[in-house]
Amino acid sequence: MNVPHDPSSVGAVAAQKAAFGEPLALKSGATLPSFEIAYETYGELNAARSNAVLVCHALNASHHVAGFYEDDPQNVGWWDNLVGPGKPLDTSRFFVIGSNYIGSCFGSTGPASINPATGKPWGADFPVVTVEDWVEAQARLADRLGIERFAAVIGGSLGAMQALQWTLSYPDRVRHSIVIAAAPRLTPQNIAFNEVARQAIMTDPDFHGGHYYEKGVVPTRGLRIARMIGHITYLSGEAMAEKFGRLLRRGVPGFDFDIDFEIESYLRYQGDKFSTYFDANTYLRITKALDYFDPAADFGGNLSAALARAKAAFLLVSFKSDWRFSPSRSREMVRALLDNRRIVSYLEIDAPGGHDAFLLEDPRYHDALRAYFGNIEL
Amino acid sequence: MRPDLTAIAQWVAPGARVLDLGCGDGSLLRYLWQQRQAPGYGVEIDDASVLDCVANDVNVLQVDLESGLSLFGDHSFDCVILSETLQTIHRTELLMREMLRVGREVIVSFPNFGHWSARLQVLFGRMPVSETLPYEWYETPNVHHCTIADFEDLCRRLHIHIRERLALHEGKPVTVMPNLLGSLAMYRCTAA
Repeated sequence: MNVPHDPSSVGAVAAQKAAFGEPLALKSGATLPSFEIAYETYGELNAARSNAVLVCHALNASHHVAGFYEDDPQNVGWWDNLVGPGKPLDTSRFFVIGSNYIGSCFGSTGPASINPATGKPWGADFPVVTVEDWVEAQARLADRLGIERFAAVIGGSLGAMQALQWTLSYPDRVRHSIVIAAAPRLTPQNIAFNEVARQAIMTDPDFHGGHYYEKGVVPTRGLRIARMIGHITYLSGEAMAEKFGRLLRRGVPGFDFDIDFEIESYLRYQGDKFSTYFDANTYLRITKALDYFDPAADFGGNLSAALARAKAAFLLVSFKSDWRFSPSRSREMVRALLDNRRIVSYLEIDAPGGHDAFLLEDPRYHDALRAYFGNIEL
Repeated sequence: MRPDLTAIAQWVAPGARVLDLGCGDGSLLRYLWQQRQAPGYGVEIDDASVLDCVANDVNVLQVDLESGLSLFGDHSFDCVILSETLQTIHRTELLMREMLRVGREVIVSFPNFGHWSARLQVLFGRMPVSETLPYEWYETPNVHHCTIADFEDLCRRLHIHIRERLALHEGKPVTVMPNLLGSLAMYRCTAA
């Protein structure tokens, strides 16, 4: 297919896989006997190996951060507006790595992968993984790629938790940590949303306790509802009102239970789409990874003590309309970093997009990232 | 650099930890780091200024001063600077108390409303507009103007000890009748 050349796109990309035979000890106490990580890279690693940037993805995304696939040009990377030649994260200067977390359904070893012990898909037996486990797996990928120290690790939402965890697990391997739309741990309200999503999946009759692969079914109803709940929390009320208002699909109320309001149509569409490509066992695990993330837990809840071992310089960004991971949660981390006299800048951007604003192209946000990356010495 | 910023820099000890409230584009912090090896953080609310700070490689925190300085621990800074920002603050007393909680020393500068040109303009029935008061009344971000005498009254009331005072006009120190001849006032204060 002939795609017009966009000089700010990294262009056609291909996913790669790295296989690791050494067992990975997980935080839960379980062990993953071996695993694969799917990843993509953009730009060139310089001779000093000092220009590597790791991009960590959030809940439903993957290692496909930028560019498109030759055989599927519509499949553009989830952070393509940020990553590319001349873009804020400039691939003509940085070597950018998108890495898929373990437990995913997009290429890294996950519940749908074959369990070497049984020769069948792991299904419900795939261990519960944590943000710390993901960082351990990513560190092995960094070793494999010959990267001793990242110029930066960046992520939004769950990806930001990884960017923070990197500075705690490997303080000497991260020069800059860019933590966007994040929280140092979930609130009970946040955990509650995740639990409703999990219940939707687990009570779907097609779930079969997680062993649905062998039954040849997919718990699509549960996934749909899980995704709908997620979407409600990623958008701000304001953004939703602006986008959908109270518009009626059919112009008049139907006095039935077909789609009346546009927001219903949107949620059903998002839910349907999601249920065709996302794995239910993965969804259960990533929401658990979110719930468990709490670096302060080992320090009696004292976040300042937890972050004392971080050595990186930090940039934190939050969005005022984000109520899922609100600015006050980012300020908790800023406060803890200040207590430790760390290098930190914090931006609180008055963008309307809610939690999803971190994926959008607000000029204040992208200009700041461009300026920040521009000052990172190679 | 603005003359008051040069003067402020001379009051900052080499290596001091600095917090610059309303830091603008971060040029004072950059100067303090380069000239006096004083590391610091700026607080700024304006989007464009925050971006300038990031571009200037200055630590900047985009939070609202009106809600206090809850990000900062007690006496976590050697010096807290509020340069030409006092007059824009709604909750002046709260911020003054917060600055003295967070810093061992506080440096404040503000346009002196007692300068003769301001007095004269008011005498002729007009709100003052000048180099240090550049805004028309309908577009000014300033909400709490004061004179040198007024500020010193507030310091007495809040038990703030004034260590040093400097009045400037057109960048030069004014020693005679500062409240009349100084257009810019600068103070170095500590808790009493």
